[in-house]
This record gives sequence, structure tokens and C-alpha cells, in this order.
Amino acid sequence: MSLLLKNISLPLADFTLEVEVEMHRHVTAIFGPSGAGKTSLLDLIAGLRAARSAFIQLDGNVLTDSAKHFFVAPHQRGIGYVPQDLALFPHLSVRRNLLYGRKSGGANDPAFRFEHVAEVLEIQPLVARGVTELSGGEKQRVALARALLASPRLLLLDEPLASLDAPLKAKIIPYLARVRDEFRIPMLCVTHDRFEALALADEIVVLQDGKVRQTGLVSEVFTRPANAEVARLVAVETLQPGTIMGVNDGLATVSVNRITLTALAPAAGSREVFVCIRGEDVILQRDPTVTSSVRNRLSARVVALCPEGALVRVELDAGFPLFALVTRAACTELALRAGETITALIKAPGIHLVPR
Amino acid sequence: MTAEEWQIVWFTAWVSALSTVIILPFGLALAWVLARRDWPGKSIVETFVTLPLVMPPVATGLILLKLFGRRGALGGFLHDQLHLDVIFTWRAVLLALSVMSMPLLVRAARVAFEEVNPRLEQIARTLGAGGLRVFFTVTLPLAARGVIGGMLLAFARALGEFGATIMVAGNIPGKTSTLSLAIFENVQLGDDPRAFRLLGVSVILAFTAVWCSEFFLRRKKP
Repeated sequence: MSLLLKNISLPLADFTLEVEVEMHRHVTAIFGPSGAGKTSLLDLIAGLRAARSAFIQLDGNVLTDSAKHFFVAPHQRGIGYVPQDLALFPHLSVRRNLLYGRKSGGANDPAFRFEHVAEVLEIQPLVARGVTELSGGEKQRVALARALLASPRLLLLDEPLASLDAPLKAKIIPYLARVRDEFRIPMLCVTHDRFEALALADEIVVLQDGKVRQTGLVSEVFTRPANAEVARLVAVETLQPGTIMGVNDGLATVSVNRITLTALAPAAGSREVFVCIRGEDVILQRDPTVTSSVRNRLSARVVALCPEGALVRVELDAGFPLFALVTRAACTELALRAGETITALIKAPGIHLVPR
Repeated sequence: MTAEEWQIVWFTAWVSALSTVIILPFGLALAWVLARRDWPGKSIVETFVTLPLVMPPVATGLILLKLFGRRGALGGFLHDQLHLDVIFTWRAVLLALSVMSMPLLVRAARVAFEEVNPRLEQIARTLGAGGLRVFFTVTLPLAARGVIGGMLLAFARALGEFGATIMVAGNIPGKTSTLSLAIFENVQLGDDPRAFRLLGVSVILAFTAVWCSEFFLRRKKP
């Protein structure tokens, strides 16, 4: 897929959506906090609203060119859209919902055979029901199937998991992954959940207040946010101001609240940095005497434990607030309790320094 | 009830139903445009649509009389080009009933269209449906109760129309005489039993129509 968004300008309530971005990967996540203009951007791509100015091109076909007053109508774009509220037609059965976008005759892409889509999303048992008789997860799958059955060349997903609780999320993600892999259909997935982005997307566009803050591969953006703002957005759990005390052999010694850490030195920039540490990169250990390759070992007090789905977010006081994400099982095994002291290990590459 | 009385009842019910059918496409189109589109001067159109509801019916009738009379702008055209006379014929009754009942249909249908989630229409478009198909497969079915309720209200309003009708159609027995006109005439002539019989029929017709419209307007699908 190649999706080109140029010269986009759309005034919204609090800011103007201004976007200039190219997307080339199979699955792109549009990532940002709520109210960042993500849904408006999807609406523009689908042709559901007009911008003050916009140039949108999908795989070489111009869809919108405001300069030439050119605008392909939404029903002729071939872009599937699963909105956040799913928009299943309440007056139609599941079957009629699914068939709404089918073209008459043989005009449907054979890749999106009804039987095949129904099988991948496991919706056969739901077909005879009414829409109101479906559970949240079932609705999600039906909406996804309905969009696919219209043989789209690009699929837009608006917060596909936001309305679902954690256990249901875990069930739907594999379906989304199957759709991605079975149908090889390019997807653009709006999310504010980095786990969702990590699970589904190759590429990420970080959007805040209507502006693109960073684009790149997901792993790249998550581990190397371009600036402190992006770091905060992608929810790098620990974000502390620090000072680089010295650089030696590509390793920087950083002081955070008088605690000294070793990190990979940033390419350039000031001595004043933000220290970014992702929760997954913090290892917790009971026995402080075990030696390992890990550069940073900190004695930390457990402040609070907060379950987050399959994971537990552990708030630590290591001389500065430090967050660790561990599995529930690990949490039980370590018998973590608030108030206890524990050793936190962080590998040097797990600490990312962003100039401030 | 005499044959003459039955003729009046049938004529009234029939013209009222026909006027409701005739205003349906225009009323729905207008209601949809008011519910879904914005343009400068929209409030003026909105006011004009409601005007027949609040203006004295006789005044509306006078406007129609001037417009559709042989020397009126529209009446002249119809007479010269199509040899069609409107004033003081059953067509005038139809015209008066249509104009007077249209606001009720438009208002009810507009509310019904506004209650349809626009997201459903937008997503229908991304599924390849053009504007008309979206209207007939999504908007109209979801607004059906409100639209039917509005039609019944318009029908009931047409049944009882008096002021505009008497201005443009007069009260010609066997030709343009409707229930309301006949009741008034019979009271004037002192034929009270006859007036009361027609009154009874009007009450039954109006009650049925309003009761049905309440049913459709109030009960919403879950």
C-alpha cells in the first residue's frame, strides 16, 4: 500500500488538523491521545468529510485534490471503514448487514468470498441473528466482516478495541491479526493503546493536536521517541529529567535525582536530557547478590501494584519514580507487596535519552 | 345517513388521503434537506414551511386563491397551457388540504431523520451505496415510524381543514363539500341532526388517525 496525505488542513474545534505524511507499510497505526484528530483523519481518507485543503492519493489513484476541486465520492473509493461505534444497521439482520456492501454479479474480489470471510472471523453461527442479539466482541467481528465483504482495497479501523474490556481485547486481537495476514489487505488503524499498535502495526504515525509528531516503524518510535512529547504519548512509563555526567565508549552516565544510570549515549545534543524507560525493560529481582550483564541495578521500594490486563504495572521508588510492567505470574512468584524493597534491573540499551 | 352524507364522508376521506400521498415525496425531500444539510437562509425556508400551521387558514386560502385563480401567476399558466382549472373544483380542495397539512408531515419526518445516526449513513456509503440507496435502505427504514406518524397527522389535519378550503374551493354540494364545510353549512341551515351525524363521523375518523399516529410517534424500537 502507499497512501499519500499532502497539504491536509481541516479546522476542528480546538485546533487545525494539519497533516503531511506518506504511509507505505502493510499496517499503519495512527497513534495519539483522544481528541488528537485521528477520527477526522480517517473520515477525510474515506471521503466522509471535506477539508479546507487536502490531497489524498491511494496506490497512485488520486482520491481528493482540493486544488483541482477533485473528489471521489465515498461509495466509489473502495475504502472499508469500521468506525468506533461499529455502525451496524440496527434494522437489518446480521446476514443483511454482511451483504450490504456486496456487489451484484461477479464484481466481488474472490479473495473476499463470503464463506472464507465468515470462516476467518468465525461468524457463521451469528448470521441468522438480529444485530441487537450480539455481544460486543461478536458485533466487532460482524462489522469487520461487513467491511471486508465489500472488497475494499484499504481498511480503516477506528479504535477497534477501545470499547471492549481487557479479556475481550485479547480475544479480538488475533482476529485482527488473521484479517491482516489472510487477506493481505492494507489497514490503517487508529488507536490510543500502544499494545494495540504493537500487536498489529508495522508503522506508526503519532498524532497530537492535529499535527504529526513522529512517523516510523513501531519499534523505532516506541524505543526512540523523537522528543519528550512523543515519549509521553507512546506512554514510555518512566520519563525523568536527567543530566549527562559523562560519555565514554558510547555509554553515557546520567544522573537522575542523584541516582546514576548508564545508558547508550544520544547522537548529539545537550547534556540536559529526558530519561525514558519502558516498563517492559525493567526487570525485578528478589536476590540483590546475583550478578548479571545488566548495567543498572537499583534498590527500589514498591509503592503500588496496578493490574493492567495480563500485566501488572509496578510503581517503584528508586530515588525517582520508576515503573515496571511484569506479568501477573511473575508478580505472584515474586510475592510483590507495597512497601517492600526489591532490586530493579535495567539494561543500558533500555534507557533512552531524549535531549530536552 | 343519506347517500349524500356518505358522498361527503367518502370525498373528504379520499381527498385527504390523496393529499397525504401527494405531499409525501415533497415533504420527505424537504424534511431530509432540513435535517441533513446546512445552507445560508435555511431558517427562512424553515419559517415558510411552518407558516401554514400558524397563519389564519383563511389567509393561506386567500393567497392560494390569488395564486391559482385564472388571473393568478400559477392558475393562469395552468389554464392557458393545460386547460386546467383549479379554483372551485375538487382540485382546489386537494390543493388546500396539501398546503395545510404539509407542515405536520415535514416537522415529524424531519425529527425522525435527525434521530437517525448519520454515522450509519456514512458507513453505508463506504460500503458502496450511493446517496439514494442509503436513503431508501438506511435512513427511511430507521425513520419509518416517525414518517408514518407524520403522515397520519397530516391526514388528520386534512380531514378537518376548513378555512383554506372554503376560500379556494367554496362549498359546492357534491363537488367540493367536505365534512367540515358540510357541518358548518348544516348548523347554519338549522339541520342539527344532520350536523351531528357528520360530527360523529369526523370524531371517529380524527380519533382513529391521531390514535394511530401517537402509536407510531411514541413507540420507538429498542
